[in-house]
Amino acid sequence: MQAPAPARAPAAPDRASPSPLSPHLQVYRLALTTVLSGLHRIGGMLLTAAIPLLVAWLVAAASGAEVYARAAAVFGSWPLRILLAGILAAWWYHLFNGLRHLAWDAGAGFELRQARASGIAVVLLAAAAFGATLVLTPAWRWLLGAP
Amino acid sequence: MSAARGHATRHWRNQRLSALTLLPLGGWFLWSLLALPDPGYDSVRGWLAAPAQSALMLLFAWCALWHSALGVQVILEDYVGGAWYGAARWSSRLAHLGAALAVAWALAAMLRGAPA
Repeated sequence: MQAPAPARAPAAPDRASPSPLSPHLQVYRLALTTVLSGLHRIGGMLLTAAIPLLVAWLVAAASGAEVYARAAAVFGSWPLRILLAGILAAWWYHLFNGLRHLAWDAGAGFELRQARASGIAVVLLAAAAFGATLVLTPAWRWLLGAP
Repeated sequence: MSAARGHATRHWRNQRLSALTLLPLGGWFLWSLLALPDPGYDSVRGWLAAPAQSALMLLFAWCALWHSALGVQVILEDYVGGAWYGAARWSSRLAHLGAALAVAWALAAMLRGAPA
């Protein structure tokens, strides 16, 4: 039987390190746990991208009312509002899934059924916390642009 | 992992440590933001004029940067190979260091009452 040639080489040949690359997503069937693991990374990157916003906000506040007003106008623009809502969602997901990781580090919940159940719990908790942050706080009105 | 080789245990431990510090500090940050009466200049300056609040903000930002730097390192190790890895790693370190300094400068300036 002849195996079809892979579309992509499994390892980048230009890597200096002989250590294995991880993970080879293309050879796995996607499972819930796989998707949640990927989301943890994507959420983490989104939160890293939020740090320059935090820095810009603090520097603007330290630079006086005029600079702050200009920064506030940028933060209040629609692309930034959508980005900030995404950052808030990533915040909650990364937090709850991080707790799941810490539980694993302590040796708890490693069975596949437990990992799937805790994954579903994390998604529900993150969605509830995201919704609560928006609905129960002024964040909702700010994101929608109400005064 | 090219750069983490020999330091993998420390990286693993620091990633967990920084995550644990962010639980209370992140809670404080989000709570404080949402407790602001409005996101205007006077409210923010009033909040961060208090030394204790300023110190907490510095701690939060630095712990977030610490955790972020460790996370970015993992991403780079997994997805950036060969010749680019070193440059990417150093760019990330410089960017995180620059952000840490900028936050410290901004908070110190606000404590002094700048620009006044």
